[in-house]
Amino acid sequence: MSDQTQVNAIPTDLLTLNIGPSHPATHGTLRIQVQLDGETIVNSGCEIGYLHRGYEKQCETVFYQIVIPYAERLNYMGPVHNSNAWCHACELLLGIEIPARAQALRVITSEMGRIIDHCVCIGTNLVDIGALTNFWYMYNYREKIYDLYEELCGARMMVNYPRIGGVSLDAPDGWLEKVKRTIDEMAEAVGDVQKLVERNRIFMDRTIGVGAISRELALSHGVTGPCLRAAGVAHDLRKAQPYWGYEKYKFEIPTAEHGDTYDRTIVRFQEMYESCKIIHQAIDSIPGGPVMVSDHLVALPAKDKVYNTMEGLINHFKLIMHGIQPPPGEIYSATEGGNGEIGFYIVSDGGPKPWRVRIRPPCFANYSVFPKVIQGQMVADAIAALGSINIIAGELDR
Amino acid sequence: MTEREIMDRVTARLGSRVLATYEFRGQCAVTIRPADLRELLAWLRDDPDTNLEWLIDVGGVDYLGYAPGGHDDDDREWRFEVAYQLYSMSKNHRFRVKVAVKETECEVPSIWDMWGMANWMEREVWDLFGIKFAGHPNLRRIMCHDDFQGHALRKDYPINKRQKLTVPAENLLCEKVEWA
Amino acid sequence: MGLEAEIESPFITTRLDEVVNWGRAYSLWPMPFGTACCAIEFMGVVSGRFDVSRFGAELVRFSPRQADLILVMGTITQKMAPVLKQIYDQMPDPKWVVSMGACASSGGFYDNYSVVQGVDELIPVDVYVAGCPPRPENVLGAVVKIQEKISREKVTSWR
Repeated sequence: MSDQTQVNAIPTDLLTLNIGPSHPATHGTLRIQVQLDGETIVNSGCEIGYLHRGYEKQCETVFYQIVIPYAERLNYMGPVHNSNAWCHACELLLGIEIPARAQALRVITSEMGRIIDHCVCIGTNLVDIGALTNFWYMYNYREKIYDLYEELCGARMMVNYPRIGGVSLDAPDGWLEKVKRTIDEMAEAVGDVQKLVERNRIFMDRTIGVGAISRELALSHGVTGPCLRAAGVAHDLRKAQPYWGYEKYKFEIPTAEHGDTYDRTIVRFQEMYESCKIIHQAIDSIPGGPVMVSDHLVALPAKDKVYNTMEGLINHFKLIMHGIQPPPGEIYSATEGGNGEIGFYIVSDGGPKPWRVRIRPPCFANYSVFPKVIQGQMVADAIAALGSINIIAGELDR
Repeated sequence: MTEREIMDRVTARLGSRVLATYEFRGQCAVTIRPADLRELLAWLRDDPDTNLEWLIDVGGVDYLGYAPGGHDDDDREWRFEVAYQLYSMSKNHRFRVKVAVKETECEVPSIWDMWGMANWMEREVWDLFGIKFAGHPNLRRIMCHDDFQGHALRKDYPINKRQKLTVPAENLLCEKVEWA
Repeated sequence: MGLEAEIESPFITTRLDEVVNWGRAYSLWPMPFGTACCAIEFMGVVSGRFDVSRFGAELVRFSPRQADLILVMGTITQKMAPVLKQIYDQMPDPKWVVSMGACASSGGFYDNYSVVQGVDELIPVDVYVAGCPPRPENVLGAVVKIQEKISREKVTSWR
C-alpha cells in the first residue's frame, strides 16, 4: 500500500466544533458550528438569534419619533446612518421633503458613520488575523469622530441626531471646518494602515482566496454593500436610487473582482476615501436655511413659541402626547448603510404608532452566505472571512 | 419602468387572480393567493421587461384588528400577508408582491430554491408569525429559542410575555444545526 | 523600584487581607461578555485614549477560566441567558461582576418577550453602570468601584 492509501485507510471521524456564541472572534453573539476533517471545514452551519431584542415588536408600541434611538442601536458600528434611514422612511410615508441643509447634514453624519464602521471592521478583522497595531490606530480616529459627534449633539456614540422632518440641531460654529480637518487627518491615517497591510505578505497569504463570495451566490442571497461590490458588482443605492441629494456629489463605487477577504478589505479602504470626498463636497456646497421642515404636524415648534404663545404650547403638547400621525399606507424605503441596503418596510394604520415595522437588515443577507463560503477552508480562514463580512449582531438578530 | 406599469402588467397577466392592488406614494404592490406566488415571482424575474432578479426582503404582517384611519373599514378577508420586496438591478426599479394568508390555512409555498436568501427569511417569518412555508427544507425557529411557545410578532401575543429557556447550556449544542 | 532603599528591613508586617486584596484589586483580568453596543464602547475603554491599563485591568481574557472580573456588556436575551450563566459558573473564585449599560442592568428600553430584564436575574452583580451606552469614564469608574469593594473583602470569605 502506498503512503496515501495507508493514510486514507485510518478510520477517522469528523469533529464537530462549536464556535460561539461567546467567542472572541465572533465580535458579538454569533454561533457557527463546523465539522472538521483535520483543520478543514467539511460542513458548516450557523445559528443566530442570540441578540434578538424584539425590535420589530417594540416599534409597534412606541411613537414614530421614539423609534429613532431603537433604530440606532441596530447597528452599533456606525449608528447614525440607521436613525437617518429611519427618519427618511418616515418622511417617505408622510410625503415630505426635508430642507437642503438638513439633507447635507445627514449626508455628512452618515458618511462619518460609514467611516467609523469600516474603521472598526478593518481594525478588528486585522486583530483576528494577528495585527493588533492597526486596531489601536483606527480606534484612535474613531474617537476623533466621536468627538465631532459630541460637539454636534452631545452624545458620542448613540447620537439620536436626526428627527423626522430634518435634524435636531444645526452644526455649531466652526464645526464643519473641524470636520474637514479631521477627515483629512483620518484619510492620512487610513492610508498608513492601508500601506501596512495592502502589500503585506502575511496579510495577503491569509486573505487572498479566502471566503470568496461569488457574484452568483451574492445575488442569490441578496448580499449588498461592500461584500457585493468586492464580488465585482458596482451597485450602490447612493448612485442607483439617490436620496438626500447624493446625485450632486461626485464619487466612485469601488469594486474588486474576486469577492474574497482581501478584496472586501480593500473595497472598504476605498470606500472610506470616497466617503471623505463626499463629506468634503457636502461641506463645501452646504446651503443655508432651516434644518427642520416647517410643517407643524411634524416639527416641534421653537422654544420661544412654546413658552410664549398658546398655539406653540398646544402644538408642542399635541406632538409629544399624540405623536406624528402619518396617513394609512405602507412604504418600503431603502438606503445604503455601512454594510449594504438597509430597508424599512412600514405599515401605518394612521395612528401615531407604526402598525408594523419590518427592517431589512444587510447583515442578515450577508451572513446567510457565510456557511457556504467557508466550506472546504480552514478554521482560521473562516475567522478571517467572518471579520471581513462585518456581521453586526444587533442588525442580524434585531 | 414605474411600479405602476409593473402592477398593470401583473394585473393584465393574472386577471382576477389578483386579490388587491395597492398604490401609495409611487410605490405599488399586488396581493395574490399563495398558489400563484411561485409562478408570479418566476415570471417577474425572467421577463426581460421587469427583470426583477433580486429578492431583497421577505416579511410578514399581521392585520388582526387593523383599522386604518380609526375606521373599521378594512376589507381584508385574510389575517396575514407576506410581503416580498423585489428589486431589479439592471432596470433599477422595485416592486412588492404580497401574499394573502388566511389564519386557517397559514401556508405559503417556499421559494428557497429560487433565491438562497429566502431560506433564512422564511424561517424568520415562521418563527415570528407562525406562517408555514411548504417545501422549506429546515423550517425551525431562528430568532426565538426552541422552547418558545407561540409566535411573537402576532398581534395577540402580549409584548412582555417572557418565556425562559430552561435547557442547560451544555445541552444547547443541538444536533439540529442545518449544514450548508 | 527603589523600594528597598526606603525600607531598611527586607520584611514588612501587614495583614493577609491587605496584601492579598492589594494584589487582587490591581491585577483584575476582565472577561468581556460583550453582546451589543456596549461592547463597542468597551473597545474604547481598552484602546488608547481611555486606557484601562492605568487601572491594572487591561489583560482582557476571552476564556472565563482565566478571568476574575466579568463585564456583561449589552442586551442579554432569553436565548443567551443559559450561556451567560454557564460562563459565570466556569469562572474560578474569587470573581466579580460588572453589569455595563442599561440593557444588562435592567433590560433597558427593551421591555419585551425576548429580553432578560437585568442580568441580576441570572448572576450576582457587584457594580451596575448606567448609560446607553455608558461613557468609557463610567466604565473606568466601575473598575475603581470594584477595586474599592475588593479592598474591603476578607480573604476567608471566598472558599
